Amino acid sequence: MILCEKLGQTYLSGGRELPVLQDINFTLAAGGFLAIVGPSGSGKSTLLGLLAGLDRPRSGRVVIDGQDLGALDEDARARLRGEKVGFVFQSFQLIPTLTAKENVQVPLELRGQGGEARAEELLARVGLQDRAGHYPAQLSGGEQQRVALARAFSSRPRLLFADEPTGNLDAATGATVIDLMVELNRESGATLVLVTHDPELAQRARRVIRLQGGRVVSDATAAVS
Amino acid sequence: MTRARFALVMAWRETRGARRSLLLLVGAVAIGVAALVAIRGFAASVRASVQSQARSVLGADLVAGSARPFSTAAETLLSSLTVGSRGAQVARVTSFAAMTHAEGKPDARLAQVLALEPGYPFYGDVTTEPPGAWSRLAPGDALADEALLVTLDARIGDTLAIGAARLRIRAAVRNFPGDIGVRTSFGPRVFVPFATAQATGLLGVGSRARYEAFFRLPEPVDLARLVERHRPALAVERVSLRTLAEDQRRINDNMGRLGRYLGLVGLVALLLGGIGVASAVHALVRRRLETIAVLRCLGASSRQVTAVYLFQALGLGLLGSVLGAVLGSALQALLPYLFRDFIPADFRAQVSWTAIASGLLTGAYAAALFALGPLLGVRRIPPLRALRRDVEPLPSPPRERGLAALALGAGVLSMASLEGGGVLVGAAFTAGIGTALLLLWLAASTLRAMLRRALSPRLSYPWRQGLANLHRPANQTLAIALTLGFGAFLLATVLVLQHNLLRELRVPDGPRPNLALFDVQPDQLEGVVRAVRSTGAEPGEAVPIVPMRIHSLKGVPTSQKLAQSAAGARQPTPPWLMRREFRSSYRADKGAGEEIVAGSWWTPGAPSARETEVSLEADVAKDLGVTVGDEIVWDVQGVLLPSRVTSLRRVEWARFQPGFFAVFPKGPLDQAPQTFVILFRLAEAGDRARLIRSMVERFPNVSALDLAEVQRTVESLLSRLEWAVRVLAMFSVAAGCLVLLGALAASRFERLREAVLLKTLGATRRQVARVVLAEYAALGALAGSTGVLLAAGAGWAIVRFLFRSAFTLPVLPLLLFAAGVMTLTAALGAAGSREVFRRTSLELLRNE
Repeated sequence: MILCEKLGQTYLSGGRELPVLQDINFTLAAGGFLAIVGPSGSGKSTLLGLLAGLDRPRSGRVVIDGQDLGALDEDARARLRGEKVGFVFQSFQLIPTLTAKENVQVPLELRGQGGEARAEELLARVGLQDRAGHYPAQLSGGEQQRVALARAFSSRPRLLFADEPTGNLDAATGATVIDLMVELNRESGATLVLVTHDPELAQRARRVIRLQGGRVVSDATAAVS
Repeated sequence: MTRARFALVMAWRETRGARRSLLLLVGAVAIGVAALVAIRGFAASVRASVQSQARSVLGADLVAGSARPFSTAAETLLSSLTVGSRGAQVARVTSFAAMTHAEGKPDARLAQVLALEPGYPFYGDVTTEPPGAWSRLAPGDALADEALLVTLDARIGDTLAIGAARLRIRAAVRNFPGDIGVRTSFGPRVFVPFATAQATGLLGVGSRARYEAFFRLPEPVDLARLVERHRPALAVERVSLRTLAEDQRRINDNMGRLGRYLGLVGLVALLLGGIGVASAVHALVRRRLETIAVLRCLGASSRQVTAVYLFQALGLGLLGSVLGAVLGSALQALLPYLFRDFIPADFRAQVSWTAIASGLLTGAYAAALFALGPLLGVRRIPPLRALRRDVEPLPSPPRERGLAALALGAGVLSMASLEGGGVLVGAAFTAGIGTALLLLWLAASTLRAMLRRALSPRLSYPWRQGLANLHRPANQTLAIALTLGFGAFLLATVLVLQHNLLRELRVPDGPRPNLALFDVQPDQLEGVVRAVRSTGAEPGEAVPIVPMRIHSLKGVPTSQKLAQSAAGARQPTPPWLMRREFRSSYRADKGAGEEIVAGSWWTPGAPSARETEVSLEADVAKDLGVTVGDEIVWDVQGVLLPSRVTSLRRVEWARFQPGFFAVFPKGPLDQAPQTFVILFRLAEAGDRARLIRSMVERFPNVSALDLAEVQRTVESLLSRLEWAVRVLAMFSVAAGCLVLLGALAASRFERLREAVLLKTLGATRRQVARVVLAEYAALGALAGSTGVLLAAGAGWAIVRFLFRSAFTLPVLPLLLFAAGVMTLTAALGAAGSREVFRRTSLELLRNE
């Protein structure tokens, strides 16, 4: 599903190139659940961005479902995301001008589908059927993240990227959201890549890659539960 | 749901959170379109009115006119015009200027006398008070423009004196077909029966009368062919022909020029609106970075996302255009009032659907055009922004920006060419605007660079902070300086032009002459001078005027040239110039305010050659196609006078003093038939009126003109024109204010964040307010001063090269104007930031 080969990334800082990721190698099979952990500034989000094709790597390559991202241009990568990828962000990133239901519909509408029924079904699944007509500003943080979950799964993605999904939530709400996410993921059979600095959360993954200073310091697969 | 529909739906949904700032976009387009629709609709209404009333404007199908009585040959030719047209009618009209007064009343006034045969005008109705007097005009009667009766303090039934004739005033003329308001204020008219012209005794040697024959040709005649056939022969007899179609074309040309000029003024408002669109879209894109990044994460292509915001800009542009069209159609009713003295009185305003449709199209086109630049940036927003807030959009590559600028330039060029009626005008307009923007950009960049390098640490904190904001990241310096500076530039240019044109025409309180006596015959000169002296005034030197025509130019007789030109041959010299009567003068010295631009003035007392010297006005020499050294033979009342051009002069016509196309040295013309003009100053208006009145009685042929009165008329007309220009400039001001508000909205988030930080760190609201004031006062000062400087340059160029007149700078008004721009900017900036002062830090932080 995901092949990551000799991946490296640098950022310009004060005119100097600063390495943020170096020599990352791993493969992840379809249906897997990977957690990428590490302290702040270790390169987790950068890695996620590269895996999702949001940015171009300085070196190495990422292959998703047999497609080399490096061979695709910006728009082709977007099309790939639209077809195969779902996202959950730390700061929810719901579109503020759209209602909860409209937010869930966006990925389907982008493909030229209406998706109203699907959106309603998913909102019911995350327990927000009564909030469908509300705008993000009218929802609590936990509710917003549940809408984001519904949006992430609305287009039945093969691959789900979650960037610190509990980072902006209190512990109890965070736990609910994670439970929901893992459950939805199990139902859909999608591959899940989760970035977090929360070790407890990481324990729920079947495989944990630990980053430090832009390098992989450990890559452990837990026993299948 | 198709992909295009997604963009449409998203475009609509995306207006939800930003309606207030998008209202700016709508308003900016609306103002520009309102100006365009009002102006185009007005021009179309004028055209339609002219079209429907053209016959009454001319009063006939065909007019033959001459500056001298028709010769026998001309009469024969004219009578052949009606051959073959059954029911054809002819009415003759002789018109001339004469002093008029009502018996027993103290005032006298120069009026235009029209002595007419029954039937004229054949088309259109003359309205009189009491009604019906026009058709009952009988020998011994007179009808007069209402304005004249008011000045003379005359009533219906009074006796009107014109030269030797005494006539009974039967009615006041309220409306004459085809009249334009200005006309009666300059030359009020008296209408008398045809035979009365001779009875006045004023049509002697040296008089200036126009002889016309008006034809009604009811049978379908091929007028164009008829005119073509007779024109050459009549031209030789110095008779010119005017037809309805030609008249209509001339009026349309004039109206077209006015319409095109106003159209460009309207386009300026639309362009300012366009800048408002650009800054609103730019602000919107800045506020939507996250949304755009998320859409890209979710699989939207850059084209899809761009389409969302392009549709939005187009839709809002169209909405603005519709509002503008409604507003413009309403305003169209106001324009005839502003221009009432310059358009035919029977003007009827009507809703012009073409104007509305073209306004809608232009508005949407301009909105899309100006939105394009900022929308290109949408494609440069990395999806990574959804993950990391610190990821900024990439700058567009230079090639892309160059193409966008090119598209914008081409768009402006196309709109200006359409509006200005030609690619040349469009190109000049576009180039002028481009240059102004370039200079504004240079000024703003220089200021920014200077502030970055050298901001004095001795300045107080608010000033240092406020000025530093002008060069910090995400600053709005360029956008505001460009838009505001451009608006200031346009308005200040209007100010500079007004000042210069009015100064030319304003008679200072100094000892300039304010009374002119002309048509003084040589044998009356002594008497007139004595009469003037008896009032205590000192008459200036009597200026001789010798009427003459051109007999031949560089050896070719004008009659030959005229015949050729009437037969359709192209002539470098316009026919009217060869036909016209030159009222020339002779004197030893160069006139005041005249400048020799070629050749040299004659030395007094030089031995006279076989041919005399002549000095020509530079422009007329150019039109005649002659220069220093060329030969002109003049026809001075039947006597031929060969001359050689020895100098060309530049004359300042706007001065209240006699100017001449041709001036001769003293000597050769001393004995020619001539009249004199005497200018002098008589301070009291009452003294002037009494003198004019006594002149009329003793010297009925002498015309007196109270220059102070002319002055007042000119000024009142100019002030109305000024008003019209100001109203149109208001569109630009309104658009400029919207642009400013838009630019403020664009930087609102940055400013809020900074203000909150300052407040959190302990700054008082007063200090924050002073930072904001300092920033915007500096921006306003920059925009105001560059705008004023540019306006001074543009004004100088226009006055010097277009009006060919001396230029002075209205320093104080411009300084006040620049100060006003600064104050307004600071005030609007502070008003736009009042949220920062009103709310607490926490509230704002939470909203972020």
